[in-house]
Amino acid sequence: MGIYEAILLTVITAATPLVLAAIGELVTERSGVLNLGVEGMIIMGAACAFIATQLTGSPYIGILAGIAAGALFSLLFGFLTLTLVANQVATGLALTILGLGVSSMIAEPYLGQSGIKLPQIVFPVLSDIPFLGAVLFKQDLIFYLSIALVAGVNWFLFKSRAGLKLRSVGDSHASAHALGINVIRTRYLAVMFGGACAGLAGAQLSLVYTPQWAENMSAGRGWIALALVVFASWRPWRIIAGGYLFGAVSISQLYVQARGIDIPSQFLSALPYLATIIVLILISHNRRTTLINTPASLGKSFVPDR
Amino acid sequence: MRIELERRPDVSKLFSILSPFIALGLTLFFGGIMFMMLGKDPFAALYSFFIEPLTEVWSLHELAIKAAPLILIAVGLSVCYRSNNWNIGAEGQFIMGAIAGSILPVVFYEWQSPLVLPLMMLLGMLGGALFAGIPAFLKAHLNTNEILTSLMLVYVAQLFLDWLVRGPWRNPGGMNFPETRTFDATAILPEMIASGRAHWGFGFAIIAAILVWFMMRYTLKGFEITVLGQSQRAGRFAGFSSRKMIWFSMLLSGALAGLAGIAEVSGAIQQLRPVISPGYGFTAIIVAFLGRLNPLGIVVAGLVLALTYLGGEAVQVSLQISDKPIRVFQGLLLFFVLSCDTLIHYKIRMMWYDLNDTTGEGAR
Repeated sequence: MGIYEAILLTVITAATPLVLAAIGELVTERSGVLNLGVEGMIIMGAACAFIATQLTGSPYIGILAGIAAGALFSLLFGFLTLTLVANQVATGLALTILGLGVSSMIAEPYLGQSGIKLPQIVFPVLSDIPFLGAVLFKQDLIFYLSIALVAGVNWFLFKSRAGLKLRSVGDSHASAHALGINVIRTRYLAVMFGGACAGLAGAQLSLVYTPQWAENMSAGRGWIALALVVFASWRPWRIIAGGYLFGAVSISQLYVQARGIDIPSQFLSALPYLATIIVLILISHNRRTTLINTPASLGKSFVPDR
Repeated sequence: MRIELERRPDVSKLFSILSPFIALGLTLFFGGIMFMMLGKDPFAALYSFFIEPLTEVWSLHELAIKAAPLILIAVGLSVCYRSNNWNIGAEGQFIMGAIAGSILPVVFYEWQSPLVLPLMMLLGMLGGALFAGIPAFLKAHLNTNEILTSLMLVYVAQLFLDWLVRGPWRNPGGMNFPETRTFDATAILPEMIASGRAHWGFGFAIIAAILVWFMMRYTLKGFEITVLGQSQRAGRFAGFSSRKMIWFSMLLSGALAGLAGIAEVSGAIQQLRPVISPGYGFTAIIVAFLGRLNPLGIVVAGLVLALTYLGGEAVQVSLQISDKPIRVFQGLLLFFVLSCDTLIHYKIRMMWYDLNDTTGEGAR
């Protein structure tokens, strides 16, 4: 395996959790809900996936546990913001704080245990294609899922009736309600989908990226995923482009260090966060395009009048 | 079963006072269940978590030390949140304030004068304000979401501090430990009263809370903050500039977070280390909401959250469990605070039947 393939493989591993969390949040935001709790849902997914894998010995059960944990945890957010119309920004923060706390408590006995890595699924023939084969067809299940999810979400949002309804709820909940669409139910489902994706992203962290449990191992990826949604201007395919860009930035430090370039490691570790800020500036400085792309009801609570 | 909300004609006075207490009660209840699941006696655990720290003089001092940064930061955040500016990077502003204020005792350690301490505090405020100025500038002039930028800058600040104490600012006589030289006596914030360790940071917090309370209640600026927070459009018609408000609220909260940072470092730690905060900047968000974004309420809320830090340390010793339940407690508390706030604006009705079955009964 050549050096470029190796680099590409690490980029993919670093990018996959970002893509997953971001595509879930994209659907949530398209329905008009801003869930800032992505970080908390990722870390819950990571913890539960790791625990389930250690208990059963099967990383596939781990994946299911991660997804379920993320979805169930997001229901808390849904109940507060959709049923009790609490402030979405504050509730999202609460979800993150609670997730970091609960995960570190329940997974504490598993600290330092070496986990089971999710095995690769090798496609026969295809994986023999030079270069691309090793990169694209010798990956783990979660990578394939991440690509399929982006394609699926793109189809769902822009080609299916249910997707159209979801977008209408996000753009004008009052009109959607008047048309007889159940705004609250749609949003609950969208929030849970976002939670499930974030949970899967967490499972990738604790089963593929570094198969072990460490406190706060999500390390701000939830927030980067939130920025990715803005970067992608709420369009699914752009999530992949953005995710891989960030993946590349976040692993660039390894290569700079490997080449012996003398930059303090802290500056390199700060790169993904600085890159996020710069990208946000580039995307948002034009007020008009931002206004056109952003779901118009994003972050606004809805109480159906009866 | 379904839950329906009915908007109250007026804000419920009763529930705006009661809701934080209901939230606290619910947190205690679920906290007790959590301890039971950990196999501990819930009453003993809650006692050593929430009551024991209040029974001794030294621990009351510790309470004041932990409450000081929480109150200072939360008071600033309340102005931000009331004006609809979501600064969630106070943790970073706290760190940058601590770094800026430490320039004097770390770099110019030979200069000893009564001026050092006040200058340190001013530098701390300046450092925090400048750091908060970055998301303020980006939001006000480049339309960039302040939630994400301010949060990203927390990581940058943490890494910057880490680099400083391991690199250029490391104590030359410190056996290679990642920490700066300890501050000279002239650079240490003195104790407030003789009976214990609590330093003037708590005094700053109380003063800041009273000043901001006065501003919010009796000045035009306070009115401007409230109006712009509730409706930017209405604010514009009144001639208020939301751009200036972004700058004002972010710089104010940054300065207070920076002051909290330098007060903590100078009063309690007395040197810089890679980690100088157990998440004060994030816990302060909970404090701000538990205090219902009212500076005086925030003083009480800050003491409550400080108690969770102390209680967490206490149960570690008395029950041999880890410090992890602290974060869970804090997260639960914020959840319950937010859900109880619904009671202020809405009546909650439980509907025990499915509305879909009654669609034929005419329009509602």
